[in-house]
This record gives sequence, structure tokens and C-alpha cells, in this order.
Amino acid sequence: MPTIEVPKEKWSGKVREITLGATAADGGTRAKTVTVGGETTLPYLHFEGDIPHPPAIAIEVQDRKPADWSPVLLEAWGDVTEDPAAWAKAAEEAGADVVMLRFSLHDDLSAEYARETLRVVLDATGLPLIVFGPGQAELDNDLLVPVAEEGKGEKLVLGVCEDKNYRTIVAAALAHGHLVDARCPMDVNLSKQLNILISDMNLPLERVVMDPTTGALGYGMEYGYSVMERLRLAALQGDGMTQQPMLVTPGEEAWRAKEARTEEGVPEAWGDWAERAVNWETLTASALVESGADILVLRHPESVKRVRAMIDALMSN
Amino acid sequence: MALSGLEIYKLLPASSKDPEVKKHGNCKECGFPTCLAFAMKLGQKQAELSQCPYVEEESKAQLEASAAPPIRLITLSGDGHKLEVGNETVLFRHEKTFYHQPGLFVRVKDTQADAAEVAKAVGEYTVDYVGMDLTLDGVAVEADGGDFAATVAAVKEACPLPLVLLTEDPVTAEAGLKAAEGIQSLLWAATPENWEAMAKLAGEYKVPLAVHVDGGDVDALAALAEQVQGTGVEDIVLDPGVRDHVSSLSVFTQLRRLALKKNERKVGYPLIAFAGDDPVLAGQHIAKYAGFVVVDGFSPGTVYPLLVMRANIFTDPQKPIQVKPGVYEINNPKPSDPLMVTTNFSITYFSVANEIESSGIPGWLLVADAEGMSVLTAWAAGKFDAERIAKSVTSTGIGEKLDHQRMVIPGHVAVLMGELEEELPDWEINVGPREAVDLPNFLKMQWG
Repeated sequence: MPTIEVPKEKWSGKVREITLGATAADGGTRAKTVTVGGETTLPYLHFEGDIPHPPAIAIEVQDRKPADWSPVLLEAWGDVTEDPAAWAKAAEEAGADVVMLRFSLHDDLSAEYARETLRVVLDATGLPLIVFGPGQAELDNDLLVPVAEEGKGEKLVLGVCEDKNYRTIVAAALAHGHLVDARCPMDVNLSKQLNILISDMNLPLERVVMDPTTGALGYGMEYGYSVMERLRLAALQGDGMTQQPMLVTPGEEAWRAKEARTEEGVPEAWGDWAERAVNWETLTASALVESGADILVLRHPESVKRVRAMIDALMSN
Repeated sequence: MALSGLEIYKLLPASSKDPEVKKHGNCKECGFPTCLAFAMKLGQKQAELSQCPYVEEESKAQLEASAAPPIRLITLSGDGHKLEVGNETVLFRHEKTFYHQPGLFVRVKDTQADAAEVAKAVGEYTVDYVGMDLTLDGVAVEADGGDFAATVAAVKEACPLPLVLLTEDPVTAEAGLKAAEGIQSLLWAATPENWEAMAKLAGEYKVPLAVHVDGGDVDALAALAEQVQGTGVEDIVLDPGVRDHVSSLSVFTQLRRLALKKNERKVGYPLIAFAGDDPVLAGQHIAKYAGFVVVDGFSPGTVYPLLVMRANIFTDPQKPIQVKPGVYEINNPKPSDPLMVTTNFSITYFSVANEIESSGIPGWLLVADAEGMSVLTAWAAGKFDAERIAKSVTSTGIGEKLDHQRMVIPGHVAVLMGELEEELPDWEINVGPREAVDLPNFLKMQWG
């Protein structure tokens, strides 16, 4: 019987390997580091290339109890949401590879507050950290610069770093040995351009994570999905400015959707609230795993379990 | 795989090696000045091969084969519900689009006391998503040692959707097919052991037949499909027997590539996948190449997200989905609550609506008809200007629902402020933030 030859693509490019966190040997205090990237083929096609590292799961921890989180989420975490250090510990126990510390928007934000919060979280967990501001460019600068100083040498990922504030964030990362999360609004060319601008400031691309912006299931997920597929194809075809590992935030986006957030006034056909909500986050995340995500920031411990199971299954070859 | 005009030209009389045929080259009888011109039109599907009286039989066969879709279209039907899968042309949705959504089936067993009840719930399930009614596609009935024919009959009675009959025993299969007469079911499965009997049944009952091998053996699968096809069964579905994440991703990708890039006819059929009770695996099958996805258990809290995922992945990226222009009420607004303006590009609308909604602040969202473009794109294209905004204010009569005349426009189009004040002299125009994410804060600070 003639054998059918399975078509294999010969990719010339490779995603950059990037390491988050630094141990004492490298000038930090982390108990371990996490390396992502290095793929030489499309997601999990082990038959034609290497997938040297599983994508990392980060759990989002906020500086104070979130005022706008769904009760489903708050109940899942319990009292630890009152205390970022306890929360970071709980995130580690829930299976995080990385902890994301996010500053929420409130009146007590200051440079000193940012330093103190970072310090207690660094002391509470040995995992590498991603630190995000509240998402307003100027305010982010005011918080992330002192964070970068306080966490000197820890190889934090500072975010978000976008066209409006990249100069400040990149300068802080350069000065204190950190990485940046380069975010663009779902566009291949804008992503490339921001990577070029950042590398023009002499931050090595080994310290840039690319953030294509995440849409939740039902709210534009497919746009991000396709932009990620296009970025990854470009990377494998050898375009050096698209070869950054990709960070996505399915937790934040999915839990913003009405489907995850509420049970009041929703159609009966939406089914059980907690089941639907966790599925919303999990399916948003899993679609992005298929399209090449290297770091996924999640919120619910059950979603973490399920996405971890999926990643383990996709890496078992 | 479609041939290019030049490849077609090589098959037409002007390129023939046979002088008897070649003498008719460029004869113009097809209505085109040369064979090359005709070939180009054929390539663009603007002419029919039958217009050429001299084309050789061998060329004809090649041209016809090239016109067949690389993945065959398979149709199932129930009592008034039709499902078409296959005919896909790309590996990535951004290359063009994915055409036919995979059918989602819920599995029941013939030993399951509530099979008909589940089938009824599956058949009745419908959920609204951005104005579309999303539904499941049918029930897969598995022979598990119970009364298969009776279960099939009961499921068919309870649910108007197509069925998949799951049995590898030809006798049981025939009993099921008899019970399902009148609808177009999918029969699963022919195996290397039973294929002759199964192919005969598929021929007799005129149903598509799934061929099933174990362990993702592509060669064995292709050989089996060819054997079945050799008996005259044209409507085939492939089950390479992979059930876990990593092997199904690899094998399904390989089969899709073989069909599309190598034009491998032996595997040019839709795939069937079994996801068990794992919605994440079902999600992978939706994104990565299944034509039929069978899941265990029916629960709206899982089915709804899966249906939305399918709708998302199969949205045509060439045509951005639009929302209907008009006034959207968010969080039950009162006449004193703020009015915001945006465009009808779905993602723009969702970003803005979602931010307002999650902030808990009640508000009125006026969606102007910007032909489905985002704020900046529409503004640049002249589809979101003062005149259009003013027109939507008047045509929707939003002013009558409010006790104020004040509106917030997106920060990206701050330049429209002056013109808008001219178009709507009685209104106060406020410039909002550039990004939707900053809206809740803006409203808290600026609207009081």
C-alpha cells in the first residue's frame, strides 16, 4: 500500500526564548524562573518542530479587594483578596507559574504605596511577577517606575507598555533589569512597530513580551485569535520583529463579560452561572492557547486547573 | 485544488499533442478569441468547459476533478433542520474564512433511560447571540447493548434534528437506519473489519458513512475511505480514532493539509471528533478542523459558550459583523442619564457597551450607522462625521427620551465637536475618553 506523505512545513524562524524572574544567582530573589517561547512550529504540532516550553499560567492578584469582581470569583478566593501577600501565596498554591500583581484604580495610589505593595508580594511568593498598573498610561508610569526601582534585578514584566507610554516603561525596564509587556490593539503591523520602537531604545528583544490584546469569547475573541495566528506565522517565516512570546489576559476579559459576571436578568438558555462563567474564561483561554499564547493571565482557580490540564495534554508527546 | 488559467490552457486544444485536436486550437467556437483567453475565463469561473467542443476526454476529467471541492460537502437533515459541513478551503480563518460550522451533537446511549428527554432538550435549545439564534445540530445515539432501534425511534420522535448512529455492528446499524427512515442521518462507523456490510447499508439507505480506524493511522484511514468509495458510497466522513488533545490536533491538521495543500482526494472529507465531557477539547475541535463534534451530556452552561465559540471562529473575517444602528439602553437608564455616541462596528459597540454595563452606571448608547467601521477608521473614511451623528440623533428621536441635551462623543473624534455644535445647536457636546476602558471613570468624574 502506498504511504501517504504527511506534509510538513519547513519553518525558518523561531520564537524568542524569554525568561521571567531572577534567582539569587542572577541578582534577584525568586525561588525559580519561568522560560517561555522557543517554538519552531505552530502550536503543539510536535511532528514538525519543537515546543520546548509549555505556556505559563499567571494568576491575577490585585493590590486590594477588587470592587468590581464577580461574586463567583470573590467566593472562589475567599478572604485572601483582602491581602495581596496572602493572595499571592494562595495563587502559588492554586498552581500559578507566575503571579500577576495588578494595581486597581483608587485614591491611595502613590509611589510609596506601589513600592510597599510590591515588597510584600515579593516576600510572600517565590514565583516571578508580572506587574500591571490600572491601565491609564500616566498613572501606570507613576506607579511602574517606582515598582521597577523597588524590584531591581527581579526581572519583573512591567505592563502595559503601549505607544503612549513605552518610553517611560522601557527606560525603567532598562535601568533596573526588567521586561516589558508591549501591548497593541489587535493589529499585526502595530505590534511589529512597537517592538521596533522598543528595540530602538536598546532594550534587548529577549526582554519584550508581545501583548496582542485579548477579546473575550463573544466579544471579539476571534480578532485576537487571528492576529495571534498571523503573528506566529510571520515569526516562523522569519520576521524577527514578530518573534516575541505572546501574553494574553483572558481572565480579565472573560470576567468582564456579562455572561461571567452576573446571574440577574440573563436568559434561561445561558444555564448555570458558575458553570457558564468558568467556561467563559476557560474557553477564551483555550482558544488562545491554540493560537499561540505563551503566557495566560487567569483569574479563577478552576479555570487554572482546566487550562493546566489542556496544556499538559498538548505538551505530552 | 483549483487550477490556474495557465494550467488550464495546457489542457485545451491549442496545447494538445494530438494534431487532430490541435488543429482546432484557437478556433473561437467557444466565443473567445483564443484558447488562452478561454482558459483565463475558465480559471475565473466565468466560462463553462462545455463551451469547447474539442476538448479531449482526458483533459475533461482532469478539469472536472480540479473543480470538485477539496473537502467534500456532506449534508445531514432532520425534520426541517439541515446541516452542511465540508467545502473548506483554508487552514487559517484569516486566509479567507471558514465556511461551514461543525455540527454539534450530544451523545445518548440506548441504555440511558432519559435518552428521549435529553434529545427533546437538545432539539428545543436555542439561544440568542448578537441577534442570531444559535442551536445545536443533533443527537448521536450510541448502541450500548440496549434497544437501539427503539431508542433511535424515540429520539427521532422527540427531536427534529439530524442524528448520528453510533454502532459498528451492521445488524444493529440496519435496525437503527430503519427506525430513522425519512431523515438523513450519519452512520458511524465502517472499520477495516466491517466496511463491506456498512458500505452496503450506506448505499441502500442513502446516508453518509463515517470510516473509523484506530490511533490516528492516516494511511489506514485513506485506504479504508478508498475501499468504501469504491463501492459507490460518495458521502464519507473520517474518524482517525484520536480522542486526546495533542494527537487530534496533529492528525486533524495533517488531514486538512493533505486535503487542501496536496489535493489528496482519499482524505478529502469532513472529520468527526468525540470530545467526551471536556468542553475545552470540544473547543479545540471547533477551531481546529472538525466537521462534526460529538459531546457527552447536555448542559446550557456549557453548550452556550461552545455555540458562541463556534459562531466566533466561523465569523467571516472579511466582513466585520455590525450591530444595528439605533439607541441601546444599558443598565435601565432614566431620562437624566448620560448619552454616549459610538459606531456600529461590532467590536467597537461591544467594547463600549461592556464597559458601561460592567461599571453599573446607567446610560444611553447611540450607535450611528458608520457602515460597520471602528471610530477612527469610520472618521477617516467620512462615515462618522457630524452630519451622520446629527442624523442618527434626529432619526432615533433620542432627544425625546432624555431630560437633557448633552452627549459624549469618543475622544478620538474630538475634532467633530465644532461641527456637531453647528449641526445640533441645542446640544452640549462633551468629548469623552479615547478608549472605552476609560469611560466608567470619565462618567463618574464628568457626569453629575
